[in-house]
Amino acid sequence: MAEKCSLKKEFTKGLLKENPVLRLVLGTCPTLATSTSMVNAIGMGIAATIVLVCSNIAISALRKVIPDKVRIPAYIVIIASFVTIVQMLVKAFVPALDAALGVFLPLIVVNCIILGRAEAFANKNPVIASAVDGLGMGIGFTAALFCMALVREFLGNGTLFSGAQSLLGVFGEDVLGGFNGVTILNTPMTIFILPAGGFFVFGVLIALANKISEKKKLPKAVLHGCESCPLASTCSKAVSESEDKKI
Amino acid sequence: MTPAQIFSVLLTAILTENFVLSKFLGICPFLGVSKKVNTAMGMSVAVIFVMLISTAVTYPINSFLTNHDLGYLQTIVCILVIAALVQLVEIVLKKYIKSLYNALGIYLPLITTNCAVLGVVLLNFDNGYSFGMSMVNTLGAGIGFMVAMLIFAGVRSRLETADIPESLKGLPSTLIAAALTSVSFLGFSGVVDGIFN
Repeated sequence: MAEKCSLKKEFTKGLLKENPVLRLVLGTCPTLATSTSMVNAIGMGIAATIVLVCSNIAISALRKVIPDKVRIPAYIVIIASFVTIVQMLVKAFVPALDAALGVFLPLIVVNCIILGRAEAFANKNPVIASAVDGLGMGIGFTAALFCMALVREFLGNGTLFSGAQSLLGVFGEDVLGGFNGVTILNTPMTIFILPAGGFFVFGVLIALANKISEKKKLPKAVLHGCESCPLASTCSKAVSESEDKKI
Repeated sequence: MTPAQIFSVLLTAILTENFVLSKFLGICPFLGVSKKVNTAMGMSVAVIFVMLISTAVTYPINSFLTNHDLGYLQTIVCILVIAALVQLVEIVLKKYIKSLYNALGIYLPLITTNCAVLGVVLLNFDNGYSFGMSMVNTLGAGIGFMVAMLIFAGVRSRLETADIPESLKGLPSTLIAAALTSVSFLGFSGVVDGIFN
């Protein structure tokens, strides 16, 4: 029973308390770049979640085999292999998504969330807990992307779920039966689709998350020079220190 | 590769398709290390340095892979080569060029997982650039990163003394300032096409 409770905790912490995007501020690049449409956001979220769960399982299973000194390169190889598998699957079955995500699909390799979870969780915990942690974090990432894309697509393009057929690739026609998004606003504010809108919406979302966590007496989301980086333990936290010295 | 082509690619990479502000690559250092102008400068120089070396080394490797039908290994090979290269560069600099190591060394480990470096390498392959063009595009991307970092470091130093509502303090206000900086770069859209075509 106690084990079940702790698994549930591992799962839910990724959704709210330690949401990777809104609380830990990891994976900002794909968050900003792929949240222009809800379909892209869901696709990116699912791809990253699959890689995160698989790499967490593999790293956790190998945690006693990988020597401590070469663990980061070993993690990178494991993550890159899963990214390549996902990339090939997406190319084969959902080519429209592959075209929409472009270079950000292979860039899941350097997504800090995945390496961060490997370093912070999977190399210390058993396989099942790591898988659940990966799933929770992945869903938290997808949820944050989805919220951002909802706002950006609605205001910037005036649509919701535009291009939904392409997310399901070859099966789209059968499952969704003709549904391919709805148009709501006829004169959208294009700026929200543009990069500037991405930064703005992300800023406002983090401010909202801060406001909510303030009520719950949780600390604010902050991005330091180095501390938030998953590799902080491997490098000497030199940047933030040097910043202090120069004051 | 005519001079006009070179300038067109260079200016596109710096201004109209700025790596940070319009392609969203390298956001972590952009937000994290842009508090002071001198650290922003150090980071940018290190990024340009690593980007150029990575492009030079991965270009022949990638052509080997594509010639032998191993294109699917691109992601794995590139990230490993870049990670190994950064370590190697760090060791070499530490041993032989002490002054450069002191200036850039602390930023190097951070750059391995910086998506701007892998991003520029993969984008060069996707665009089918020749070796020379790849280097020009990489240089442009690096300079673009530097320009964005330096402008933003200036903006942030003004932000520190501003009166901001409590829940917007810190990261949210930084992101909104980044949005405004990004708007200013929108003004460059079409400039390169206008000059060269």
